[in-house]
Amino acid sequence: MNELPQQLVNGLLLGSMYGLVAIGYTMVYGIVQLINFAHGEIFMTGAFGALTVYLYVLPDGTSMLIALPLMLIGAMVVSVTVAVGAERFAYRPLRGAPRLAPLITAIGLSLALQQAVWAWYPGAKSKISFPQIDGGPFHIGSVTIQTGDIFLLIAAPVSMAILAFFVMRTRTGRGMQATAQDPDTAKLMGVNTDRIIVVAFALGALFAAVGAVANGLKYGDIDFRMGFILGLKAFTAAVLGGIGNIYGAMIGGVVLGVAETLATAFIADVPGLEKLGSQSWADVWAFILLILVLLFRPQGLLGERVADRA
Amino acid sequence: MRQRSLIAITAALAAGALTLTACGSRDDDGGSDSGNGDGGGTTVVIGVDAPLTGDLSALGLGIKNSVDLAAKTANKDNYVDGIKFEIEALDDQGQPSVGQQNATKLTANDDVLGVVGPLNSSVGEAMQIIFDRAKLVEVSPANTNPALTQGVKWQTEKVRPYKSYFRTATTDAIQGPFAAQYVFNDSKKKKVFVIDDKKTYGAGLAATFTEEFKKLGGQVVGTEHINPDTKDFNAVATKVKTSGADVVYYGGEYPQAGPLSKQIKAAGAKIPVVGGDGIYSADFIKLAGASGTGDLATSVGAPVEELPSAKEFVANYKAGGYKEAYEAYGGYSYDSAWAIIEAVKKVVEDNDGKLPDDARAKVVDAMQNVSFDGVTGKVSFDKFGDATNKQLTVYAVENGAWKSVKSGTYTG
Repeated sequence: MNELPQQLVNGLLLGSMYGLVAIGYTMVYGIVQLINFAHGEIFMTGAFGALTVYLYVLPDGTSMLIALPLMLIGAMVVSVTVAVGAERFAYRPLRGAPRLAPLITAIGLSLALQQAVWAWYPGAKSKISFPQIDGGPFHIGSVTIQTGDIFLLIAAPVSMAILAFFVMRTRTGRGMQATAQDPDTAKLMGVNTDRIIVVAFALGALFAAVGAVANGLKYGDIDFRMGFILGLKAFTAAVLGGIGNIYGAMIGGVVLGVAETLATAFIADVPGLEKLGSQSWADVWAFILLILVLLFRPQGLLGERVADRA
Repeated sequence: MRQRSLIAITAALAAGALTLTACGSRDDDGGSDSGNGDGGGTTVVIGVDAPLTGDLSALGLGIKNSVDLAAKTANKDNYVDGIKFEIEALDDQGQPSVGQQNATKLTANDDVLGVVGPLNSSVGEAMQIIFDRAKLVEVSPANTNPALTQGVKWQTEKVRPYKSYFRTATTDAIQGPFAAQYVFNDSKKKKVFVIDDKKTYGAGLAATFTEEFKKLGGQVVGTEHINPDTKDFNAVATKVKTSGADVVYYGGEYPQAGPLSKQIKAAGAKIPVVGGDGIYSADFIKLAGASGTGDLATSVGAPVEELPSAKEFVANYKAGGYKEAYEAYGGYSYDSAWAIIEAVKKVVEDNDGKLPDDARAKVVDAMQNVSFDGVTGKVSFDKFGDATNKQLTVYAVENGAWKSVKSGTYTG
């Protein structure tokens, strides 16, 4: 059996998840030049939001067909609340402060959010199982797709399309582009930059919430630390794609996911690299790729759009 | 103005984060609420070091509770005249560096005459030397890496590195081959895919399994090392499927083994995952989901529920009202704590009913000759500090629970 198509699908799925979370990094960076390291935790709280809806709001045994949209809304409400709250209370007071200050706040906030979920969410001290969609896997040729992954396969491109439409076609979206180009001039032109920044945080959180639900469905469990590693990978994806560029975030995510998967699957077959091919080396290869891209294209894969980022 | 608000907010957040962390650790510190203001009696503290939070906390809390039960039982029966036992439980989060700090902390407390723990071999490795310098006895209920008692070159020349280190668990030098024999002879699986997490415990176990499996005539069709920080094992699962293996051996612990098993089955390889005592936990079954049925684990000793000697322990544990299950190492933890209690008893009795000044060193010596009927059978130690009881059991996942399949001792 040929392993390649399946591994590509594995990589695509992993990468789509990175991409969904990377959008939040990239948008916030594009507009306020802030690397929101708490974004991974915004993603994590979204997963817990979805779980809360399922466990404590919906009656037992609700069909996933009905539950899933409501869980998605729950995830979005929680993620957006956390993100907007973070912007209002942790970042806005520091606007204009040296760049390092909000970065430190972001790290503190990330820890605080993790610990808050750990301490107060019932059962969150270890992994909690996430509701699953019933039904067997689907086979397309030699490729197997899990039921839980179908959500991700649909949600990632749909999210991208909605985002592109929003940024390109709506008034607020154009306001975002303007603010990204030059916040001061945008303000002079009558753009309410404070509002635009809040919108950027909220939008990023929306996609993180979609990613969080996809993550729960894909792996079947969530935990309070899930945002840390995934957030780091998503940030890498954003840089890889060209931070500040929303299409770059998605493409960077997919490239990163596919690179990790292919490295795990095939590096060991390369003569001389047998020992460097296991999954424990996948991150190393992913970062080698990142370094190579940044060496030759410091602006990232799609970086040329940085001028009109967001 | 701006600067001031900056400082205020950063400080507030930092304080918030710290308070939350501190709250968490305080929650889990409990266990000993018997004050020592009871006049005449001397208090002996039994330290506990285990992961009380995080992925492995299910096992760690089982250890802590079982030690607590041993101390309470000894106090209730006034087992050692004039001595009151207390426990001090520290959380190592499964991290060697944290374990090392805990070891330093425990040695600094003069009332601590023995420590039960840790869970992870890699943590044990980091703690040994600190306890040995302080001549403080350490009894691990769960470390299975052979090097801890027999030195790094244990395969060729066995040298005991630390006199103060003992364990009630048997070693991977026995556990890995025991699993290999079961998989090859009883399950009739001939093609294995070996995966480990590169940690001291996991890699050691995978290596001893592989060696015996090959010796028996089995074929290793693939090997993988996974990164314990990730939860996406789909690429590995696909490799397992295409390799044509009929069984997977995993050296590592349940937080990774559960998802790994699930993803291997989802990828279409309907083959059992076999692991060591690190996956023998109810949480493995939860994480592996319904497709985990048929997965196997070996664990040290005979099943606690089936041993007549353990009935009392199981009943007392239930009566103790502990929130968490005693898990894989409960019986061994109880026996580890009880070995310390026995050693203290010996030391006290040899010294006219009082603790001598060099109690710690005396306890280390006494430990070497401890022998009693414990929860898990006869408890005593050989010249390396290893348990003389070398029993192992194979368990299988059936109807959402671990069922013992076969008990025995490994004969090489």
